[in-house]
Amino acid sequence: MSLLEIKNLHASINGKEILKGVDLTINKGEVHAIMGPNGNGKSTLASIIAGRDTFDVTQGEIIYEGKNLFDLSVEQRAAEGIFLGFQYPVEIPGVSIANFMKTAINEQRKYKGLDPMPSMEFMKLMEKQKKIVDLDTKLASRSVNEGFSGGEKKKNEIFQMAMLHPTLSILDETDSGLDIDALRVVASGVNALRSPEVSTILITHYQRLLDYIVPDFVHVLFEGKIVRTGPRELALELEEKGYEWLR
Amino acid sequence: MDNFKKAIRPKEEDFADFSCHLTQLKTFRIHQYNGFFFERNDNDVLLDKNIIICSIKSAMKNHKSIYNSAKNLQPLSSDDDGLFIYIPRNTILDTPLQILNVIKTFEPLKIEAKTLIIVGENSHLKLIYCDDTVNDNLSKTESKISVVLEKDSSLEYYKMENINNLSSIFTDSNFVLDTNCELKTFWLSINGGDIKNKLSVALDGQYARADLNGLYMVDRDQVVDNQVSVSHNQPNCHSNQLYKGILDDSAKAQFKGHIYVSQNAPYTEAIQNNRNILLTDKAVVNTQPFLEIYNDDVKCAHGATIGQLDQSAMFYMRSRGISERSAKMLLMFAFCTEILSKASIEELVDTLQDIIKRRLHGELSSCENCVLLCSTPCGTSDVDFI
Repeated sequence: MSLLEIKNLHASINGKEILKGVDLTINKGEVHAIMGPNGNGKSTLASIIAGRDTFDVTQGEIIYEGKNLFDLSVEQRAAEGIFLGFQYPVEIPGVSIANFMKTAINEQRKYKGLDPMPSMEFMKLMEKQKKIVDLDTKLASRSVNEGFSGGEKKKNEIFQMAMLHPTLSILDETDSGLDIDALRVVASGVNALRSPEVSTILITHYQRLLDYIVPDFVHVLFEGKIVRTGPRELALELEEKGYEWLR
Repeated sequence: MDNFKKAIRPKEEDFADFSCHLTQLKTFRIHQYNGFFFERNDNDVLLDKNIIICSIKSAMKNHKSIYNSAKNLQPLSSDDDGLFIYIPRNTILDTPLQILNVIKTFEPLKIEAKTLIIVGENSHLKLIYCDDTVNDNLSKTESKISVVLEKDSSLEYYKMENINNLSSIFTDSNFVLDTNCELKTFWLSINGGDIKNKLSVALDGQYARADLNGLYMVDRDQVVDNQVSVSHNQPNCHSNQLYKGILDDSAKAQFKGHIYVSQNAPYTEAIQNNRNILLTDKAVVNTQPFLEIYNDDVKCAHGATIGQLDQSAMFYMRSRGISERSAKMLLMFAFCTEILSKASIEELVDTLQDIIKRRLHGELSSCENCVLLCSTPCGTSDVDFI
C-alpha cells in the first residue's frame, strides 16, 4: 500500500483555480522532489496536505495510510505523522521552543493513547536532536523563531522534524535563503532522518539542494499539474533548459 | 442613591478564616478588613528597621513631622482610619510588604480604604497590594493610595484585584517621584464585576523613571477601566506604559493613557502601549491615547492594537500536533505574561503565571462564588503545559 495517494486534486483560492488535477503517489522510504516555477501550486499542494483551510478543494482526494486526509483536522494529521517544514516559519513571541515541543509531543502522544513523555526523556531527546542540525543550545530556551536568522529558522524546522519523527515530511523550500554552509547542515539533518519507513517531499526551485539530498523521483508542477516525472537527472535538465519547453 | 451602607469597622474574628492565596510567598503581611487597618505588632524585623506601620490617625498624632512631609498628597481628613507606612532613609527590605484588603460583607456595603506610603531617601521597597472579596455578597470599594518616593529610592509595586462578579472596585493611586527614583508597577485585574483603576504618576525630580505595566482579563459582563496618567515635570525622566488585555464574552474594557510633558521637561522619553485580544465579536475595547507635550526636546511613542489571536501562529502550532484549544492557551498565556517580564520577585511571578493560566482555563470563574481564594480548582482542565 502506498503511503500517500493524491488523485485528481483540484483546488482554488478566491475562485482562482491553482491546482488543476494533481496525481501523485508516494511509497514508504521514497524521497520526491517537486520543482516548478513560482506561483504554479507547489506551496498550495504542501499546505493542503498539512490542512491549511485557506484553499477550497473542489475535486479529488488524498489518501494517507488508507485514510481520507480531508476527514482529519490539522493536528490529527500531525499526530498521524505528517510534518510540514514551513517556507516562512512563524515567530511566536513568549512561547519557548522547549515548551512548544513538549506540548506538541505530548498532545501527539495523547492522540495515540500514550502517557506524556517523562521530562528527563524529553530533555535527552532535545539534546540529541539539537545536534542533528547543530542548533545553538541557547536557542532552545528562546521564543519560537523570534529574532532568528533565516538559517536558524530553517534549522529549527528540521530540529522540530527530528523531535516529532514524522512518517511523511514535506519540506517547502527549506533551501531558500540558505547559504551553502547552512544548506549542508539542513541537508545532512534530513539525510540523518531518512529511513525505509519515512518518506519526504522536497519542494524546491534549485537542483542545488538535490546534490545533497538525492531524490528518487523529480516531478515538475507546472500550471497546476504535474507535467513530467523523472529520475534525479530531470532536475539537471530543468536547470539547463528552464520550464518553458515543458509547455 | 443606592442601598449600599457605609462599612463600619468589622470584628477581627469575622476574618479569622481568611488565608492568602499567595501562601508560598514570604511577605510581611499588613491587614485591612473592609478597608480598615488592623494593627499587629508582630514583626521584629520591621521594628528593628524603624519602619512605621500604623493607622493614619496614629501617624497624625505620633509621627506628625513625617506625616506632614507628605502633606501636599494627603487626600485624607483627620477622621480617616487608614493605613500609614513609612520606610526610613537607607532601608533595603528584601522581603516584600504585602497589604491585604479583605472584603467580606453580609449586606451591600460601601468600603473605603485609604493608604499613605512614604519611601525615604535611598530606600528600596517591594510592595504587593491585594484586594480580595471572600464571599459573593455585594460590595463597592473605593481605595485611595498615595505614595511618596523621596530621592534615590525605588518601589516595585504589585496590585492584584480579584473580586466577585457582583462587586466593584475603584482605585485612585497617586505616586510622586523625586530625583533619580524608580517606580515599577504591575497592575493585575484578574476578576471583578466592575474594576476602575486611576493611576497618576508625577515625575517631579530629574532622572526619575516609571515603568507601568498592566494586565486585565475579563469575561461575561465584566467591565474594566484603566486610566493612566504620567506627568513629566522635570528634565531627563523616562516613562513606559504597557497595558494588555484579554476580553471574552461580552466584557468591556477601556484604556485611557495620558502623557503630559511640561515645558520644563526637556530630554523626556515617554512610551505608551495598549494591546488587546478580543476573543468574541461581542467584547468591546475602547482605547484612547492622549499626549500633551509642551516641549520640543522629547521622544514619545504610543500605540494601540486590538485584534484576534495570530492565525498563522495557530496553524503553525496545530501543524505540530497541538490542539486548537492548547494552541490558543499557549498564545494567550504568552501574550499575558509579557507584562511580568520585568518583575523581580521570582516566586511571585511563578504564582501569578499560575493564576493567569488558571484564569485562562476558566477555572477561576467557573462558578460565581469562586474567586482566587478558592484553593481547590472548581473546574478541571485536560490541557497541561509547562
